[in-house]
Amino acid sequence: MSLSANDKATVKALWAKIAPKAEDIGNEALSRMLYVYPQTKTYFSHWSDLTPGSAPVRKHGKKVVGGIGLAVEKIDDLFNGLLTLSELHAFQLRVDPANFRILSHNILVVLALLFPNDFTPEAHLAMDKFFARVALALSDKYR
Amino acid sequence: MVEWTAEERAAIQGVFNKLDYESVGRESLTRCLVVYPWTRRYFGGFGNLFNAEAIMANPKVAAHGIVVLQGLEKALKNMDDIKNTYASLSEFHSVKLQVDPVNFQLLSDCLTVVIATRLRTEFTPDIQAAWQKFLAVVVSALSRQYH
Repeated sequence: MSLSANDKATVKALWAKIAPKAEDIGNEALSRMLYVYPQTKTYFSHWSDLTPGSAPVRKHGKKVVGGIGLAVEKIDDLFNGLLTLSELHAFQLRVDPANFRILSHNILVVLALLFPNDFTPEAHLAMDKFFARVALALSDKYR
Repeated sequence: MVEWTAEERAAIQGVFNKLDYESVGRESLTRCLVVYPWTRRYFGGFGNLFNAEAIMANPKVAAHGIVVLQGLEKALKNMDDIKNTYASLSEFHSVKLQVDPVNFQLLSDCLTVVIATRLRTEFTPDIQAAWQKFLAVVVSALSRQYH
């Protein structure tokens, strides 16, 4: 399910609009992922505090959303553009790819609640496709 | 049997109290048909489903959105035995409608997104967790009679 020119334009436009709230989005999405899908906490046993909005969660949310921002920039060549991140996830982090879908869902929920008017069905479609492609790029080197 | 805490029951009831079945039903089904266009395979008799505007304006989509939410209400009213409450619905989806159960999760996710647009920050992580647990039980019950 590759990204059409329209999908890319939609993603870029939406991202530009929501960029000022990027940190909040990262924090909220990660917080919800850890809370609503407790099995995801297994990847963060080294953190002191896994409750929604905690310092480690907020810090990591910022990192994650930064990665997404990079993906938006490299939207025309995700597999090469995210090569370093892909290797990181494949060889060091080894997060099961099923979790990418879980995080994506939570980002979509946060976008919906923060930007109900901008997160139209068409924007929802484009972002869902985009996250699926990002997940594919991130898991590219797994095996 | 599924265990529900008092807080979960209150959270789920709370979400339902705020649902405008017509508006939320229509938009959830619309999003499902737009975001996952292959789901249109089940709605051959619905007429124009060619783009988001057409789907959103389609009266059959609107009517069906309400049907779906009324179905969910049944689960709400029988929270301690959703499995049996949905037995015939599940059989119906399997034998008559022949819907791949994967689709229950897709519609479920779209419904959650729409509720997020309506409730906004009131849709706290707590409430999201309870709501998604409820939907997970519904999805499981709907899939149960497939053979």
